[in-house]
Amino acid sequence: MSPSILDVEGLSVAFDRPGHGKQVVTNVSFKVDRGEALGIVGESGSGKTLTMLSLLRLLPRGFVARALRSSFDGRDLFSLSPAALLEIRGREIAVVFQDPLTALNPVLTIGRQITEVLRRHFRSSAAEAERRAVELLANVGIPDPTLRLRQYPHEFSGGMRQRVTIAMALAGEPRLLIADEPTTALDVTVQAEIVSLIQRLQREKGLTVIWVTHDLALLARIADRVLVMYAGRVVEDAPVGKLFAAPRHPYARTLLGSIRQDGPRRNRPKLLGSLAAADAGAVGCPFAPRCAEASDQCRSVAPALKVFGGDTRAACWALDDAGARGADS
Amino acid sequence: MEVLTSLYRSPQTRSGLILLTVVIIVALAAPLLAPFSPVDVDPTARLLPPLSRVATSSTHSGASAPHAESALHLLGTDSVGRDVLSRLIYGSRLSLTVGFLAVLISAVFGSLVGCLSGYWGGWVEALSAWLIDVQLSFPFLLLAIFLLGALGGGTLAVVFVLALGTWVNYARIVRAQVLSIKNQGYVEAAHATGAGTLRVLLVHILPNTLSPICVVASFSMALAILTEAGLSFLGVGLDPSTPSWGTMLNDGRDYLLTAWWIATMPGIAIGLTVLGVTLFGEGLRELLDPRGVR
Repeated sequence: MSPSILDVEGLSVAFDRPGHGKQVVTNVSFKVDRGEALGIVGESGSGKTLTMLSLLRLLPRGFVARALRSSFDGRDLFSLSPAALLEIRGREIAVVFQDPLTALNPVLTIGRQITEVLRRHFRSSAAEAERRAVELLANVGIPDPTLRLRQYPHEFSGGMRQRVTIAMALAGEPRLLIADEPTTALDVTVQAEIVSLIQRLQREKGLTVIWVTHDLALLARIADRVLVMYAGRVVEDAPVGKLFAAPRHPYARTLLGSIRQDGPRRNRPKLLGSLAAADAGAVGCPFAPRCAEASDQCRSVAPALKVFGGDTRAACWALDDAGARGADS
Repeated sequence: MEVLTSLYRSPQTRSGLILLTVVIIVALAAPLLAPFSPVDVDPTARLLPPLSRVATSSTHSGASAPHAESALHLLGTDSVGRDVLSRLIYGSRLSLTVGFLAVLISAVFGSLVGCLSGYWGGWVEALSAWLIDVQLSFPFLLLAIFLLGALGGGTLAVVFVLALGTWVNYARIVRAQVLSIKNQGYVEAAHATGAGTLRVLLVHILPNTLSPICVVASFSMALAILTEAGLSFLGVGLDPSTPSWGTMLNDGRDYLLTAWWIATMPGIAIGLTVLGVTLFGEGLRELLDPRGVR
């Protein structure tokens, strides 16, 4: 059995419309080991969410995904039949979405929404599904689960709703949980609770978790590996310790520098310009327009990911083979 | 049970519920409640005003009565001596059946078309938009008169024509709802839990469209009862001898000045029933919106 539960190579997503197609995710490759927590970090619009949605073929209409190779536990996610795909969604790979306000159906009781998943995947009887739903709610820390089961989403607070969506995601007893910015829409104190809830569930159930977020501080605490994305490409992929100790890609360096707590604020590196107009299909390194170290080579040819020290990858021309920053002073 | 008690709580809905229940009971128990036959003609008792008493004829009481018995025409009689109250009571059966069936058929068909066209778009949407346009381009009354002429009247034909005239309302409203609902997070979330298209449509999308469907249905039911009366009034609906509120209105129009009760009584009955349906529909809509339950 291979150690990685998910192994994707050369994943591309394009917005495909005759006349003005646009590449939004280019040649993304990554692996997640069983029981590991992978963090995916990047600005809004860097393709994090689209990458995740494409794995379950949940892309919005008009988007097309291709991959050179993909393997979820030995199965190719991109060539599965629609029926087989439905067996994977929720049952083996579950998603917790960003906004718990919209991820729950307002006209169904939360009990109904959880039992729906149970009956779908386990063909449970009504009584059995309800008993299990109570367990699930109790497990995600919802007090009075038997009573809460009969309530509607609007009777829950934001944090409680996110707990409900987590219970729903876990109902199918998945092996891989994709948490797509699950704390972004929540209060800071509630964020911490949700994060430790997911961490506890990961430990207890041996889940593999992919965290999509733009919260670097969060990833420092919870992730085993971090994938840094920029303009639809992976620019750095490193174990969390190495990334935070010695980021290699200039983008990752700037990101990390921006959250440093030492020294005066004005000394922190700034990222000029914006991600807008970054076309993942254009020539050259997509980060070149905002990079202080960009050379002519950067602007004409996109750098490929190079492997350093066996477990780190980064895509930057300024890195020599040892991974040291050549041009940097 | 919970549903009924919460429906009962609002005074509006309660009055609607009571009105409807009364009409339904009257319709079900028509043979027990009607003092006379709704179709028997009595030339000796023509155009009697409400509260008239007549001597019971021997044909009604069977054996010849030893002493003169009298019967009360509570709401009077019509131009051929039929008891207005009895016709009203039997007429409720027809009005309710026609209204209910027409609404059921048009709601199911219209919602289905709306759901499919909103969810899939593409050629399904083009086809249903075309159907809707064709339907809307006909003036309803003209279409109804033409079709009923061709089909030859009768209850089922009237139901069919009424359904044909109203399914468009459901299709358009449901389509608009589905268009906005299918992009909601919970639909995506449902897909992510492995729910198939049918399950997503039935479990997650359809319940969200129920409250507008209910509103349209309650108005359509009221409208269907009125239209049935209108068609019968025009003489293209039901067989004139069938006791229906519309045919009664039609019968009474020549006597509006001389015998007002013939047309007025069915008019009141139609009004009350339509009111009941509308109030009830409004209550149902509030009930189906979980944020409104208290």
